[in-house]
Amino acid sequence: MSTPEQLPISLRTAALESILVERNLVDPKVMDSYIKMYESDIGPLNGAKVVARAWVDAEYRRRLLADGTAAVAELGFKGPQTEHISVLENTPTVHHVVVCTLCSCYPWAVLGLPPSWYKDPAYRSRVVREPRAVLHEFGLDLGDDVEIRVADSVSECRYLVLPQRPPGTDGLTEEQLTTLVTRDAMVGTARVAAPGSVI
Amino acid sequence: MQGFGPVAAPPTDEPVFAEEWQRRAFALALLSMRVSGTNLDAFRHAVDRVRPLDYLADGYYGRWLRGAENLLVDSAIIAPRAVDARARNLRGGQVDEPATPAPHRPDYRPSAPGSLRSLDTAPRFAPGDAVRARDLHPTGHTRLPRYTRGRAGTVRRVLPAAVFPDTHAHFRGENTQHVYTVEFHSHELWGADAEDFLLSVDLYDEYLEPLA
Repeated sequence: MSTPEQLPISLRTAALESILVERNLVDPKVMDSYIKMYESDIGPLNGAKVVARAWVDAEYRRRLLADGTAAVAELGFKGPQTEHISVLENTPTVHHVVVCTLCSCYPWAVLGLPPSWYKDPAYRSRVVREPRAVLHEFGLDLGDDVEIRVADSVSECRYLVLPQRPPGTDGLTEEQLTTLVTRDAMVGTARVAAPGSVI
Repeated sequence: MQGFGPVAAPPTDEPVFAEEWQRRAFALALLSMRVSGTNLDAFRHAVDRVRPLDYLADGYYGRWLRGAENLLVDSAIIAPRAVDARARNLRGGQVDEPATPAPHRPDYRPSAPGSLRSLDTAPRFAPGDAVRARDLHPTGHTRLPRYTRGRAGTVRRVLPAAVFPDTHAHFRGENTQHVYTVEFHSHELWGADAEDFLLSVDLYDEYLEPLA
């Protein structure tokens, strides 16, 4: 099974692209459009808009928790890796955290492509086994009165965590709230901090 | 697999792609499914088959690239040594590249886009039902995480029916099944000394049996 010399993966990538482009099997312009879509257009700002809307609009929140796919699509967010989306509501006593132990499944349409730690074998193997210890490493210490629920999203259902709205934000607009919501809070490895607070 | 140590501290402004080749590998992997005439489950299985050392060493987009290579070799779009040879030539080597094989894409056509399907039969389980994840050890693709096999849990939700990855990945039919969110207690999975928490996994009907 051993190979005499390992070629750098960057070189293998260039080699495969060169073969497929030369044979007109892939179009570099199509590749560029995919890259641009996930680098510039689709990212965690989408999910933040969903969360902020749910914080200010009780009726939207109800719809979001009842049918995440439809409520997220109301804001225009749908696409690959987000055929079915289920929203997990964090409360003062229940904290959800999401993982995919098999291959890093992630709700692309609302969060974009996953961050490096989400794809890291350390996160994938440990958060299903010792979530409290892993969250501590993220700087999130949950009290003993908070129940932890881990969702291992290995089928085609994707999960978005609805974080708790932080205290002291009653006067903020939906737009201002959107800027507070972080990607990690929507995966469940963080809480949303109140504006001006230091985590 | 365990023993990876602490989770690396996430940088605050991590770019979507840290390096240029990752951009290209991402796009090539997405396109490899169409070019090879396969599907997402086959791609996941192609990633499953990346050599374990490469899987760990090359990172996420590295395994995607190697998964794409596997798919393209499977469908005989490229020869097994084609990428190696081209890579050596790109850096100035003088290596004979293997001849382009005659493609043999799988006899596969999806019945609809995506993975979700409707199913006429009623779900076998309902929320509250006690179930056990079967102790299966398939040699092909599966979405039954090893740590749940043989463990008892409770059905919490019935999810939309979906094509069955274990057969779909191998072009042996969509085999649409009901999917259930099954909740396990941490002590059932990891023993009495484990942290106290609940874990849910979305499992296909065939992975489950009623708890007698």
